Amino acid sequence: MASRNIVALRTIWIKEITRFMRIWIQTLLPPAITMTLYFVIFGNLIGSRIGEMGGFSYMEFIVPGLIMMAVITNSYANVSSSFYSAKFQRNVEEMLVAPVPNWVIIGGFVGGGVARAMLIGLIVTLVSMFFVDVRIHNLFIIVLTLILTASLFATAGLINAIYANSFDDISIIPTFVLTPLTYLGGVFYSLSLLPEFWQWVSKANPIVYMVNGFRYGFLGVADIDPSISVALLVSFNIVLLALAFSLIKRGVGIRS
Amino acid sequence: MFALDIKGLTKIYKGGTQALRGIDLQVKQGDFFALLGPNGAGKSTTIGIISSLVNKTAGEVQIFEHSLSTELDMAKACIGLVPQEFNFNQFETLMQIMLNQAGYYGVPRHVAKPRAEKYLKQLDLWEKRNSTARTLSGGMKRRLMIARALMHEPRMLILDEPTAGVDIEIRRSMWTFLKQINEQGVTIILTTHYLEEAEMLCRNIAIIDKGVIVQNTSMKSLLATLNIETFVLDLSKNVNSLQLEGFTTRLLDGHTLEVDVPKEAGLNSVFEQLSQQAIQVLSMRNKSNRLEELFVRLVESGRQSTNGEK
Repeated sequence: MASRNIVALRTIWIKEITRFMRIWIQTLLPPAITMTLYFVIFGNLIGSRIGEMGGFSYMEFIVPGLIMMAVITNSYANVSSSFYSAKFQRNVEEMLVAPVPNWVIIGGFVGGGVARAMLIGLIVTLVSMFFVDVRIHNLFIIVLTLILTASLFATAGLINAIYANSFDDISIIPTFVLTPLTYLGGVFYSLSLLPEFWQWVSKANPIVYMVNGFRYGFLGVADIDPSISVALLVSFNIVLLALAFSLIKRGVGIRS
Repeated sequence: MFALDIKGLTKIYKGGTQALRGIDLQVKQGDFFALLGPNGAGKSTTIGIISSLVNKTAGEVQIFEHSLSTELDMAKACIGLVPQEFNFNQFETLMQIMLNQAGYYGVPRHVAKPRAEKYLKQLDLWEKRNSTARTLSGGMKRRLMIARALMHEPRMLILDEPTAGVDIEIRRSMWTFLKQINEQGVTIILTTHYLEEAEMLCRNIAIIDKGVIVQNTSMKSLLATLNIETFVLDLSKNVNSLQLEGFTTRLLDGHTLEVDVPKEAGLNSVFEQLSQQAIQVLSMRNKSNRLEELFVRLVESGRQSTNGEK
């Protein structure tokens, strides 16, 4: 039984990784181009006039946030798009009629999203090395925050796809929720620049904790204690994974 | 042992539509079984519940004595499903679709690869193994669905209108293949709109209408209940009116006669009476498929009795 589930899990992973590699022009290239533009415009052109931020050059300061931004959008988009396509083409039924446990379905899709996010994270990091000397303060925190964030947003993308009834439904959350939260999540600025009231409001934004945890891994400084970032990420992961499990078990959006 | 044992199966969809009204159905191991019914009768709902794509409202389903309620994984492993609509990823190659399917059932790659080759070759798709599914013709897609369903070597194959929209040549080759699979011991349940297909392939049959099983018997005994057959005769000369003693006739035009022939009467008397009137029969054919007539009659009588109960 266990080996059967491992084979099934590996099958969904390979299927998911093959999917985003097959359409690399849509999945891997755009973040590389977008992030290059961010580095050129915000880092080089505007950043040189901004000066230091949190004790580092502006370029050094935004690198972790930009990597995290790419990880968030790509892990979410990968699973929401893939799972909704599987629903739309009805090939999700291949898994539903087979003895594939719900945790394997979730693990397979979320694992695929995490794989894409890791690859994108690597690509954006490599791109950033053309513009700045990337320093690493704590590799463990970097990898841990990266995986937890990718898994959180991959799960969120899965939940979005479960509820979605059209392709429009999987673009609403990224456009109207994820993008504003990411831009206001401290990618481009330190929270200390904000008035006290807005600092307090910003702390209700979960992306602030992810960006700061990640930034701590690179620079060794952050607006938020990294242990709080990791604890919150673990908690959010547990809540969303439990929700996804419950939805798949009840067949919401996939069984009549 | 029953391959499929359904008791009191009921399905009420959200919104109140009652698709199944407590049906009972048994299919013996090794059987080639037809499940027939008009559109909206409950066939696809029944298959959906058996394959766990639809949640049942009430009742019990057992697959080779594994209950869907308590031994779902064991039951699922016994079933290969060929759904009515194409449900593979159109952008994957045939080989990827086959290997993924095997993977979902826990079949490791080193076992799955030769098995995929075997079934793709048997269904004449091997040359297309590296093509994406969307480039296949309709007939090829239908065959791919069958090949895919066999990747975990199920004990029971459920086919929901497997030959819909394919030409007669491919349909016949699919029939031959399904017969071979059945001879190897795989139980087959088939729904189809081509009643000739059910008559040719299946040993037992159930007819479902409005969520109720209106007939469940062997194909042989069902066809034996037909006691009138209609023939169309092309006549040698033009006639304005024609009566044949002991037969109901209808003149379609001056040269074409339709005759209802009771089994006990036989055709000799028809020819004798026509000869006496100096009319020769140039050619003759059955008006329609016998099973089709029976099917329409059973569904109609089922509806009349349901209306009567109201």
